Amino acid sequence: MKLPVSWIKEYAPVSASAREIADALINAGLEVEGIETVGHGVIGQLVVGKVLDIEVLTEFKKPIRWCQVDVGTQVRGIICGASNFAIGDFVVVAQPGVVLPGDFTITSRETYGHVSDGMICSEREMGLGDDHAGIMVLDHVNIGDNANELLGIGEQVLDIAVTPDRGYALSVRGVAREVATAFGVDFIDPAEALDPALGAPSEIALPRECAIDDFDGAKLLTLRTIVGFDPTAPTPRFMSSRLQACGMRSISLAVDVTNYVMLETGQPTHAFDLKKVQGPIRVSRARDGDTLETLDHVIRELSESDVVIADDSGPIGLAGTMGGFATEIDDTTVDIALEAAFFPADVIARNSRRHKLSSEASRRFERGVDRVLAPTASARACALLIQHGGGTYLGMTAVEAPMSETLIDFPLDLSERTAGMPIDGETVRQKLTDIGAVHEEITPNLVRVTVPSWRPDITQSADLVEEVVRLVGYEKLPSTLPGGLKSSGLTHSQRLRRRVGSFLAARGLTETLCYPFIGESDYSALRLPESDPRRLSPRLANPLSDEAAYMRTTLLPGLLLAASRNVGRGETDLALFEVGSVFLGNVQAIGVDPGVQGRPPSDIWEAMQSALPLQPHHLASVLCGASENMGVWGKPRPFDWTDALGFVEAIALELGVRLKVTAGHDPVFHPGRCAEFFLAGSDQPMGHAGELHPQVALNWNLPSRACAVEIDLDMLIGATPNAVAAPEFSTAPVAKEDLAFVVPEGVAASQLEDVIRRAGGERLESVRLFDVYSGGQIPEGQKSLAYALRLRDAASTLSAEQIAATRSSVIAAVEAELGGSLR
Amino acid sequence: MSAPNKQYDPKQVSDLSAEAIDAMVSAALAAIESADTLDQWKEVRLEHSGDRSPIALANREIGALPPAAKVEVGKRVGQARGAIKAALDQRELILIEHRDNEVLLAEKVDVTVPVDRSLKGARHPLTTLMERLSDVFVAMGYEIAEGPELELEWANFDALNFPKDHPARMMQDTFFVESPDSGALLRTHTSPIQVRAMLERELPIYVVAPGRVYRTDELDATHTPVFHQIEGLAVDKGLTMADLRGTLNHLAHVMFGQEIDIRWRPSYFPFTEPSAEVDLRCFVCLGDAESDLLDQCRACGGEGWIEWGGCGMVNPRVLVAVGIDPEVYSGFAFGMGIERTLMFRSGVKDMRDMVEGDVRFTRAFGLDS
Repeated sequence: MKLPVSWIKEYAPVSASAREIADALINAGLEVEGIETVGHGVIGQLVVGKVLDIEVLTEFKKPIRWCQVDVGTQVRGIICGASNFAIGDFVVVAQPGVVLPGDFTITSRETYGHVSDGMICSEREMGLGDDHAGIMVLDHVNIGDNANELLGIGEQVLDIAVTPDRGYALSVRGVAREVATAFGVDFIDPAEALDPALGAPSEIALPRECAIDDFDGAKLLTLRTIVGFDPTAPTPRFMSSRLQACGMRSISLAVDVTNYVMLETGQPTHAFDLKKVQGPIRVSRARDGDTLETLDHVIRELSESDVVIADDSGPIGLAGTMGGFATEIDDTTVDIALEAAFFPADVIARNSRRHKLSSEASRRFERGVDRVLAPTASARACALLIQHGGGTYLGMTAVEAPMSETLIDFPLDLSERTAGMPIDGETVRQKLTDIGAVHEEITPNLVRVTVPSWRPDITQSADLVEEVVRLVGYEKLPSTLPGGLKSSGLTHSQRLRRRVGSFLAARGLTETLCYPFIGESDYSALRLPESDPRRLSPRLANPLSDEAAYMRTTLLPGLLLAASRNVGRGETDLALFEVGSVFLGNVQAIGVDPGVQGRPPSDIWEAMQSALPLQPHHLASVLCGASENMGVWGKPRPFDWTDALGFVEAIALELGVRLKVTAGHDPVFHPGRCAEFFLAGSDQPMGHAGELHPQVALNWNLPSRACAVEIDLDMLIGATPNAVAAPEFSTAPVAKEDLAFVVPEGVAASQLEDVIRRAGGERLESVRLFDVYSGGQIPEGQKSLAYALRLRDAASTLSAEQIAATRSSVIAAVEAELGGSLR
Repeated sequence: MSAPNKQYDPKQVSDLSAEAIDAMVSAALAAIESADTLDQWKEVRLEHSGDRSPIALANREIGALPPAAKVEVGKRVGQARGAIKAALDQRELILIEHRDNEVLLAEKVDVTVPVDRSLKGARHPLTTLMERLSDVFVAMGYEIAEGPELELEWANFDALNFPKDHPARMMQDTFFVESPDSGALLRTHTSPIQVRAMLERELPIYVVAPGRVYRTDELDATHTPVFHQIEGLAVDKGLTMADLRGTLNHLAHVMFGQEIDIRWRPSYFPFTEPSAEVDLRCFVCLGDAESDLLDQCRACGGEGWIEWGGCGMVNPRVLVAVGIDPEVYSGFAFGMGIERTLMFRSGVKDMRDMVEGDVRFTRAFGLDS
């Protein structure tokens, strides 16, 4: 919200600069986001001139006017390109020597065949707004008037961001109160400046009646009636320039007055054209099927949930949000019904939310308006209307629900106990007075505080503590540290997730944090069949786009997109990984609302949580291009399926988990180059690795042979030992034996290795495949696998006979179990 | 080769006089000295120390000497052999070193060639920064709490004292998740982890919760719909705003240095009361009002301060909602944006750099931030 400093100072008489006031407000909790100057960049004085004569010069590409303008001291000849003014109009003249925004110095200069002796200004040229449609034409001014004063040029304006709890600060009244408190001066309350009775009403006719049909919808409604108003009366210049400084446009006197009073007091009011209103004005609920055209010319479908202002014809305004078009004030309005009401915050919040309509009025009601302010604010508005637009005041009608004040029993030592610094009772009482809170002593350490009507945000002691401490000053808070902490450090899972990340990074992979949003097209691009469980993902109700409407069930689309983006930018050798949550399955019905009045029972809490999808951590990787940099070591080796599988096995090894690998069948991967992983001894799948299906690589514009990994990291970490058991090993000499077997093509290397291990027994320390060969002397349908075996006895040197025995039993087992033979 | 002369044999093959032995030694030492290569050295060794060398032959004669002469001559020849061997050994060492020097010199490589064979990997700086921030707290005695990103609306809003129709709920542009009774959303802040911590942990509670959060902002240079926060929560008897201030001061000093200027402004969060916004002195213009830089500073918009995070004392209503007695326990909570923190610390200018996964950005951070 923007407020001119001069307006604030009217009610908080301080001599401080705008910057000092801004700093004080920031310390008090009102965030001043900036200080602007009206007409920033205007140097020198602009004057009002009267256009005496216009000669249109037609010999140029566009019509140019040669004007004679009387500025009081002289008549100046001025060239002007705009044509929205006439002889007799009053305009703003920048005389030679004046500087306009953009460091534009006005001089007498020859142009279009004349000496132009100044400039006639548009709004934008003076830095007052964006209106450049034509030059600014003024009403009700005199030749030679100081235009800077008229237009508020040089006025400093604070731009204040108001948090939702401080509705009172959306007004000069609220801000001035904070300024007065901060500088220790007396606050002049604009709400007390005027008698709501507004003098004696005229008795020529009765004021219009009003009613509240639904006291849940409104607690207070006032209606003041004015007849014989002059619809052509102009808005006084001080008012229109303040409205403009606050970012509002001047529309008509009646509308401007309601806005002015709202800015000043925080109380929205609405002026109806009384002749367009049928019967009493009431607050009621709309009926289903009602419609209302609001002032913004939108026709709104109403329902019983809407609280409206209605007359005998039906709804004529959306309560506290926006008036109706049919009863709008226009340039023929002579009789005015001025409505001011108090609507509860939640009522207006719902009105506003349902119709996606946020207005200056609804913003204030949602944040809490002073419960008792309506009659005073409407008196102020009424007085201004009559003062500047004439008319006769017929009086006020009003309805009010019983009002209860908020009382809080407030221990005087609570502020210092909460703050952790001494704040004595006297200070606490003073701060309560500063915010306008009346308080009476109950016991020496307890006061009963009556919360001021403009502070609906204060409902409990903690709220009062904030008021006290912020006014004492947060900067005075000491700096201490709590004692009594104890921590068992990172959990097992937290520690290992970090370790996996560091391990992969050290192995040359780059961590990537991808958006977890995916779309239907990602599933298709991954070649997932309709039945694939990865298609069962939670859907966002309000996604940013349909292409990102689902939460990921797999990390791959995000990584593939990142890889594709990198490749597109020329980074073609890539190893990306991500550790992140996936979202498996839909959200179930929660069914209960445990409320907030106490801890939810554990069964309800469990039930609520079970409505959420499982969100395990997955680990995924995408590899493409060269697996190493080029250099003196020769041609870089491209990434291939062994790298993808190797990363999974290396991580498992690092974490001390044994895996089982089988040929995998995941549509994302190459059908012949995909491994599926299981925890050893378990049938529960943990994930896949391998070469991507060429179509998948192509769908993301990745080079062929790109590879990928995706595993359930939580499952892997869940299988890790809490403490690693130290190995026992022999120091006896090692014997090395190489054995090559010819086996049928269909035998998996892991099968052959299992047989060798079992047959080798305890003496077989390790076995490692070092060659696979087929063709040549190897029969069709067979292949040769060569293994290096290391044999070692637990205690002594193996004899030649012992070595031969082990060798024979391995060969025999391979023959017997796999039909293989020694090559 | 003649057999060793073990028995007395008056025939003297070699001259065993002192002069003769000295001459042998002199000749040997001169030859050794003149050997320039290991090959020459081997020839010299054969000639002056081999089985047929004069000194070896002389040694054989000793056995044939009369017993009375054996002692003296034996000693003389022994010393001579020792001297020759020592000279040979010494020369050999020199020649080996010489040979090695030549060979190693020939094996010289250009150590300035690129040797970065492995691809450079890296962790994402947002991850390592979250770890780093967490570690500051773990060292202070906190534990790390976690919670789901797809969260219950109750935990994200209701339990945190966001009334159903309150504008504060609307302030956080929320992604809602389709469900039978629409009680789920993508958490808009890490604060629901506070709720979970208070429901699931024993008092006292000291936790931090780093994590990913969501708001419905389109991605641009300063906004992203997916970002990260770190949340802190302490619930204990007698905690004060001063404790909160001390805790955050410590964090700021660790992350930004002892000199960093910190400001608290009263602010509003439904789940804390009193609440404050924590600002850091702008690292670009340093908030110097005298400097022309201040007005135009793009980092802080001319304010001289940059918002870092929010904090406050846990609202008693929140304690009530999770069954903790606010008359006995008090708490404080705080939260910071990780992206903002990285922007301050590392001068990241565009939010998109942290989001797009361009390896040129991430690799620059290596294993730390």
